[in-house]
Amino acid sequence: MSKSTYSRRRVLKSGALSGAALAMPTIFTASSASAFTNEPTGDTVTFGFNVPQTGAYAEEGLDELRAQELAVEHINGIGDGGMLNTFSSKALDGTGLMGKRVTFVTGDTQTKSDVARATAQSMIQKDGVIMINGGSSSGVAVAVQGLCQEAGIIFMAGLTHSNDTTGKDRKANGFRHFFNAYMSGAALAPVLGNAYGADRRAYHLTADYTWGWTQEESIVASTEALGWTTTNKVMTPVGAGDFSSYIAPVLNSGADVLILNHYGADMVNSLTQAVQFGLRDKQVNGKTFEIVVPLYSELMAAGAGANIQGVYGSMNWNWQLQDAGTQAFVRSFGEKFGFPPSNAAHTCYVQTLLYADAVARAGSFNPCAVAEALEDLEFDGMGNGPTTYRGADHQCFKDVLVMKGAESPTSAYDTLEIVEITPRAQVEYDPEHPMFTGGALGECNPGA
Amino acid sequence: MDAIIIQILNGLDKGSAYALIALGLTLIFGTLGVVNFAHGALFMIGAFCAVTMQKLLTLSTQTIDPEKVDFLGKPLVVDTPYVVNWFGPETGAAIIDWAVPLAILLAIPVMILIGFVMERGLIKHFYKRAHADQILVTFGLAIVLQEIIKYFYGANPIPSPAPAVFRGSLDFGVWIGFEANQIIYPYWRLVYFAFSAVIIGGVFAFLQFTTFGMVVRAGMADRETVGILGIDIDKRFTLMFGLAAAVAGVAGVMYVPILSPNYNMGMDFLVLSFVVVVVGGMGSLPGAVLAGFLLGILQSFASMNEIKSLIPGIDQIIIYLVAIIILLTRPRGLMGRKGVMEG
Amino acid sequence: MLKLDRKDTLLLVIVALMTLAAPIILNPFPTGSALAQFNAGYPDLMQRFVIYGIFAIGFNILFGLTGYLSFGHAAFLGVGSYSAVWMFKLLSMNVLPAIVFSVIIAGLFAVVIGYVSLRRSGIYFSILTLAFAQMSFNMAYSVLTPITNGETGLQLTLNDPRILDGARAATGLPVTNLFGFEMRSTAHLDIAGWGFDFSVGYYLSAVIMLLAFYLSMRIFRSPFGLMLRAIKSNQNRLSYTGLNARPYTLAAFVISGMYAGLAGGLLAAMDPLAGAERMQWTASGEVVLMTILGGAGTLIGPVLGAGFIKYFENIFSKINDSILHQWFSFMPDGIEDFLVTLVHPFIGKGWHLTLGLLFMAVVIFLPGGLVEGGQRIGRLFRRNKAGDTASPATTPAE
Repeated sequence: MSKSTYSRRRVLKSGALSGAALAMPTIFTASSASAFTNEPTGDTVTFGFNVPQTGAYAEEGLDELRAQELAVEHINGIGDGGMLNTFSSKALDGTGLMGKRVTFVTGDTQTKSDVARATAQSMIQKDGVIMINGGSSSGVAVAVQGLCQEAGIIFMAGLTHSNDTTGKDRKANGFRHFFNAYMSGAALAPVLGNAYGADRRAYHLTADYTWGWTQEESIVASTEALGWTTTNKVMTPVGAGDFSSYIAPVLNSGADVLILNHYGADMVNSLTQAVQFGLRDKQVNGKTFEIVVPLYSELMAAGAGANIQGVYGSMNWNWQLQDAGTQAFVRSFGEKFGFPPSNAAHTCYVQTLLYADAVARAGSFNPCAVAEALEDLEFDGMGNGPTTYRGADHQCFKDVLVMKGAESPTSAYDTLEIVEITPRAQVEYDPEHPMFTGGALGECNPGA
Repeated sequence: MDAIIIQILNGLDKGSAYALIALGLTLIFGTLGVVNFAHGALFMIGAFCAVTMQKLLTLSTQTIDPEKVDFLGKPLVVDTPYVVNWFGPETGAAIIDWAVPLAILLAIPVMILIGFVMERGLIKHFYKRAHADQILVTFGLAIVLQEIIKYFYGANPIPSPAPAVFRGSLDFGVWIGFEANQIIYPYWRLVYFAFSAVIIGGVFAFLQFTTFGMVVRAGMADRETVGILGIDIDKRFTLMFGLAAAVAGVAGVMYVPILSPNYNMGMDFLVLSFVVVVVGGMGSLPGAVLAGFLLGILQSFASMNEIKSLIPGIDQIIIYLVAIIILLTRPRGLMGRKGVMEG
Repeated sequence: MLKLDRKDTLLLVIVALMTLAAPIILNPFPTGSALAQFNAGYPDLMQRFVIYGIFAIGFNILFGLTGYLSFGHAAFLGVGSYSAVWMFKLLSMNVLPAIVFSVIIAGLFAVVIGYVSLRRSGIYFSILTLAFAQMSFNMAYSVLTPITNGETGLQLTLNDPRILDGARAATGLPVTNLFGFEMRSTAHLDIAGWGFDFSVGYYLSAVIMLLAFYLSMRIFRSPFGLMLRAIKSNQNRLSYTGLNARPYTLAAFVISGMYAGLAGGLLAAMDPLAGAERMQWTASGEVVLMTILGGAGTLIGPVLGAGFIKYFENIFSKINDSILHQWFSFMPDGIEDFLVTLVHPFIGKGWHLTLGLLFMAVVIFLPGGLVEGGQRIGRLFRRNKAGDTASPATTPAE
């Protein structure tokens, strides 16, 4: 390597010299050249799609990529337009964005905060992206959101469910379309109350990191408000694989509901093993023992197979919704890829369109103008009914889905069924709710 | 008391997985002197033999059901597995249900073949190289094997349930005087424990009571002398590599109902199994088994709420803590031999 | 000069020139061209090259000289990063105290872990270091969250005290600097289609890397270094001569731990975030791979190995199908699709596969690592020159 770069350097040097003779070098620092970071100058504008492509969440990341690719096609006027036909704002007309064609670059976060920052940096510094979209973990989302704030570009958060993303770690340059742990609790609790009664004793197994803790806190709060008691809250190591030593104590704890605050492979394994231990066949306190998985995803459902049948959980969106927006998106995604999109895919798709729409309405790529156009934005036609991006904390508010594992799925894709579409009013909260305090949005940073 | 008994069972179960992997790792290390970082990947490939068996058994004919529609509103394509066509719905479903145990029949030849190819094609050339080189090349191989599996099966965990008869739990407590439902344990985990006991016993018996095993043990102790006696020790070592791969493979097959397989699972076990091998003592087969069970049981105990509330986070570090204590009090682990991998 | 012999001085000068000119060397392709994808000359990646270079240089002082294979060096990197970020939070955004502090704290950790682990040798030593590092990682990820901020990683916030910096307008997060020179400030140079970035952060890291490299050279050539090599070749014989090897190995361990801490502190200085994954065993394994891949025991090898792995992680993982289609667009449609399908498994989500194959290839065909590859090519050139003044146009592939 040393040799090759050395000789290449010599070649380059001569090249650079002749180049310098031909054209006057334009030397400038970024600050004096443009009004904001990565102002697009050519006939294209570049989006950055930063998703996990290796590691445990790779499949989810790839589904996000598919959706983002589709969104870019729709903005550029390729394909059937998908949700652009149903979106209440008509600023996007399928001719690109402000006269520029949209292109994109992709990166692999590996679901590690550090790596995600590095790929995001490379997108900002090397590829000149104007926004970053995607991701599949709250840790990564918070880390990349912080970077985008410092660099002065817009961040759209992808799949992140922790309260912190728009709570104590909220940032002026970051927006989240996905719902959060508080909303899961608020939507799930009444359904659980109806199904299992108001006198239940819950045992929590929680993934030992920030997302797990915020979800546990939210679910405990909402189920206790219902009248349930919490028998125990046990932290489990991330990636434990075998959860038997955590599940076994549940048997004789007196609890009659097990709440699994796990996600991804952890959730697949803990649920599978809990069912193996015969928890769901048990009778405790004269009631049938039940298991709840507050946060569902299609891929986890696929991984857990028959074990999820009858298990309640919540979701941001599902392809089985019947509104026009959902149907338009599912049709164009399904035609292109052959299977329905996941809720992670939906989030990333919608966020790409919403960002583009905000640019078009603001008439500028300046992140501060875009942020202003997104703040307190009301729209419809993107699934989930009328939706608001709240300006105070950059959290999106819309209807939330309560799901249940289907008893007799007819295909690989309808393993979950919609139990209830919880109206938005029920999951709304104050921006200064105690679960969300401790941070500040700060001011929008255009960078440069 | 009941909690402790269940945790011992959990520990034995975890321990059997650790012990099986560590056993294969020690076999390769003891006979060939090679540090095999691809051993976790072999375990993972074993698990995917079970997935493959499931896929093979559910190979299907496709018919179109005009009555129903799929999510795009097109006529629904219905898959009917060949085995159902051939043996009728009930027998067919029963065969598919037994995919995981049946996968052992697939895994043994596949794993032995992979072991042979690995040893003859790659490892053979690394006998004389530094351990660091062996680590690098087998780690590279592990990544490649992982990525190949990921390419064909994706990154998502794949549900692989045990046969229906083994679902549910055995009420273990009533046998020893506890109330009903107080100590219950899943059938499949008991099966896994019994299975690994048989495999471990089999490997030991094989090494102890067969001429082949005797020669291999002699080769482990002093390779050169055995070679001088005119015995083709190389060929036997190749077979040992195949055997070790097969042990890792069947350990993986039987583990899938407990841990849904994904392409990354080998790496999770790799580090742990190295700790187990070293705690047991390099080059000692009984040491590897003993350490596997010991660490498994200790980890289960550390996960108990009573202990976790005393020392928060102890369940996350117990294995490493115990490893440090054992290595500091017993220089060569529990049963290690002098001079092996100390330089 | 600098108390080095001629050959070493030449190596140092070459390394220095290449490092300082890296923003140009690493951007060989015009910005607009299809091959610009392979350009690595942007600040973040260049910083990673030199910082992980420092990490690997330090690791090599332990592993290359004494033969002790530590599988837990990432713990020191992580500790260094956490210390640095805490300094940014509490004291000042100036990187100098942060870096000094991170080196000291990592050194202290190394003394403790080294003292215990060095009671054993060989694989028993490796597993002891691994155990310490994994314990640190697991604790940092969960129980120690108040100090480490767990999975999210330790970050700056608007209401950190920063006692030395005094009152500021709290509009945005402050930026790491060295006496006013902001780490992220970058001068951009456009010449006839090429674009080059010269960043303050990179040059600070580069200068520190050169100092670290020089120091490791001096250690390699010193009596101390000789003693370490003696430990590697035969520790028993050494103890028969009445010498106790432990103080020497411990010194090497602590020095390499401080190098790791320095690298960790610099990482945080360039980008003030410290994630727990930095301490995971995979990160420790990575520096082992960097060192062996480049050539353990050689001076320049670890730096090359570090560059190699970071290049793949950052460049290959970003190539996607639409870029492939762009490259092969000049071909007829059928062949284009065929080529894309052919290359597809190796790029983007498949970059691990390429990396694994390259690990194997290097260790099989170049037992001495990349340095041996360089030497072989060097010999080839010399032979060429001796036989015929053939043009050196056959630039070897990277």
